[in-house]
Amino acid sequence: MTTTTSSATAVAPQKGKVLFARTPALTDTVTNYCPGCTHGIIQRLVAETIDELGIEGTTVGVCPVGCSVTAYDFYSCDMVQAAHGRAPAVATGLKRSCPGNTVFTYQGDGDLASIGMAETVHAATRGEKITVIFINNAIYGMTGGQMAPTSLPGQVTQTSPYGRDIETAGHPIRVCELLSTLDGVALAQRVTVDSPKNVRAAKKAVRKAFEYQIEGLGYTIIEVLATCPTNWGLTPTAAFGWLRDNMLPYYPLGVYKDVKAGEGEK
Amino acid sequence: MSEKVLMKGNEALAEAALRAGCRNFFGYPITPQTELAAYMAKRMPKAGGNYLQAESEVAAINMVYGAAAAGARVMTSSSSPGVSLKSEGISYLIGADLPAVIINVQRGGPGLGGIQPSQADYWMATRATGHGDGHVIVFAPSTVQEMADLVAKAFDLADRYRVPVMILADGLLGQMMEPVVLPDPIDTAEIPAKDWAANGHKGLRPHNTISSLFLVAQQLEDSVLARHDRYQLIKEVEQMAQEEQVEDAEVVVVAYGAAARVCRSAMHKAREEGIRAGLIRPITLWPFPTDSIVRALGPGRAFLSVEFSTGQMVEDVRLAVEGRAPVSFFGHTGGVVPTPDEVLGAIRRAASGERFNELPFKNRPKGGVL
Amino acid sequence: MANLDIMLAGFGGQGILFAGKLAAYAGMLEGREISWLPSYGPEMRGGTANCSVCLSDEPIGSPLVVEPDVLVAMNMPSFDKFADKVKPGGNIIVDSTMADVCCMRRDVGFSRVPATQLAEDNGLKGLANVILIGRLLKLTGFSDLATLDAAIEKSVPPHKADLVGFNKKALRIGHEFVDAEECQ
Repeated sequence: MTTTTSSATAVAPQKGKVLFARTPALTDTVTNYCPGCTHGIIQRLVAETIDELGIEGTTVGVCPVGCSVTAYDFYSCDMVQAAHGRAPAVATGLKRSCPGNTVFTYQGDGDLASIGMAETVHAATRGEKITVIFINNAIYGMTGGQMAPTSLPGQVTQTSPYGRDIETAGHPIRVCELLSTLDGVALAQRVTVDSPKNVRAAKKAVRKAFEYQIEGLGYTIIEVLATCPTNWGLTPTAAFGWLRDNMLPYYPLGVYKDVKAGEGEK
Repeated sequence: MSEKVLMKGNEALAEAALRAGCRNFFGYPITPQTELAAYMAKRMPKAGGNYLQAESEVAAINMVYGAAAAGARVMTSSSSPGVSLKSEGISYLIGADLPAVIINVQRGGPGLGGIQPSQADYWMATRATGHGDGHVIVFAPSTVQEMADLVAKAFDLADRYRVPVMILADGLLGQMMEPVVLPDPIDTAEIPAKDWAANGHKGLRPHNTISSLFLVAQQLEDSVLARHDRYQLIKEVEQMAQEEQVEDAEVVVVAYGAAARVCRSAMHKAREEGIRAGLIRPITLWPFPTDSIVRALGPGRAFLSVEFSTGQMVEDVRLAVEGRAPVSFFGHTGGVVPTPDEVLGAIRRAASGERFNELPFKNRPKGGVL
Repeated sequence: MANLDIMLAGFGGQGILFAGKLAAYAGMLEGREISWLPSYGPEMRGGTANCSVCLSDEPIGSPLVVEPDVLVAMNMPSFDKFADKVKPGGNIIVDSTMADVCCMRRDVGFSRVPATQLAEDNGLKGLANVILIGRLLKLTGFSDLATLDAAIEKSVPPHKADLVGFNKKALRIGHEFVDAEECQ
């Protein structure tokens, strides 16, 4: 008789080493993001930062309207849903009433740079001790692909079907550059997540922003150039290519304001 | 008890809020409520609280939303056009079941309107403080003392029912000074704990979420109806009205806030000439004191609603009366304050059995309607 | 004591609101019902300002004085605007330095007080308003002089405490003032 060895190996699966797991600051709720979307990466970078700093119990996140509108289900810390564009004001109320907490907002380009621009600029100039994670994907994702304040000249969207005409629709807003002129801003940095190297750099920036907030240095914003394969009509891989070819030239990566730059950290 | 002091209504609201444990105020300047913000700007830092002049009323109400989400006692104040701007945030406060106190020191509208006393925001306060199925509790003080007294109650009810509470005053009440005995400061330790608040779970409880978003229709209906149940309870137990000389009245005047003061003067004049006038003064506008109106129903009795508007609360009087008695209306709008003699004239007409809707139009354009 | 509805009116900056506050404060200190209501609007400096003060033993209805028992007019426009509204049997007090007028009504008392001049002559610049309150006190007896002194002490802000004495002096100048001439 012969015995099969295959059944023996099937019975006892080997205990492997865990190389990658959900970071505890994220819940096990399945996200509603489209396949290939970079929200999942960025959200995780924020969660990893919260875990590394050990601040989940004292962190409150604000998710306004946009693709991340239900992000309150994804984070393990306390979360507050906010009206479209109002996250910086809501965060102001959260932070001022509980100054010991760490407060972050997670906002898209329409939310931050269009309907919420007044709240954004004023929270920044007041130096509110909050961290803003700004997802710039040059389009309105949740509502199905309309022109954003950061859509590029000539970019075709549902509401700029002939391409964004700067004569009528004006120019895209470079948020980090604009906010870097304000004295209340402690850190304004633009990153992207199109490669492992850039993801690592983005993580560093997010962590730095949280640290600056905890140190009480002022308003911190990390602008993350992100992809929207669904509404751009591209595969995830092609979307990264489009980001590199079109967004990076218009929105150069880099540190636009860093109050500690003089300390050789830049 | 504190001693009697002379204070503006706007200042009394602010001081009473501080004494009610409010340590967070977010506002934006607008006449005729600005003294309230100025008072807070001066006192709040010394009381260890937060005063912040927001970049807009929109931002201010969202700061309120944030502080309320964190479990703080928080207040904002504005006047009519500014409250329109806040309406989005008020809707979110309602939808997220957040307690907060909102002051509206009304002025004339619509649009930029004017800055003189008005009661033209009754509908906005009681019907449409924002989109969606929702209400705020609305208090209508009539004296500076009552402005001071209602603030703590506003915070308490806001916390108890997790609904925003609006104090609907007007430019006259906000600007006038009267003697007031300020309520004693509360012991903030007695404010019930808010275990639902998003103030950091400290690893001691599951994470809290503050949200008005329900993407599944059934969940949204459940949420709205659960709140609706609370509204029914509020309607049952929180109606407030002051009744004066209603027992024998042939004309029951219904008026709130500053208008009620004018009506009280007119009522005394009417009594002097033998007309038995009485006064029902709603103190809560939502819930409207329907029970008081219904109790006042009786044979030969007429109602007269007097407002600084074109006739808004009169609709609630008619809903309460349900056709069982004549209901008339007299009012001025746009910041014109009726005189006691004008109201007396309306009382005489109502007493004579006339039924009317009277808006004295001094400068009607010739040539008819557009 | 009878109800007293007072209308004080003048230019913004003449201290109309403060004068009204003194009268209101005195009423409060004597345990009466009182109200004080300013006109408010964009015309804060140099424009017209007025203030309604009601003193009563009953709760006060409308705090807006439409027919005053006493008008204190500190300029011409205020006199022109409100003189006809004073109740018969009431009083009109004018600052005759600012409004050199005679009153044609015979059914009201009329007092011309050169308050601005008196203030200047006595080194009390800016206290014409309080001089007029002194005159109002004398004509109506709405309060005790001592109560008004206390009202001054309560109403002058702490950082201007050195002005309390000047205010009391102004009050007495008005209180002791006797109309120089019958106005025809």
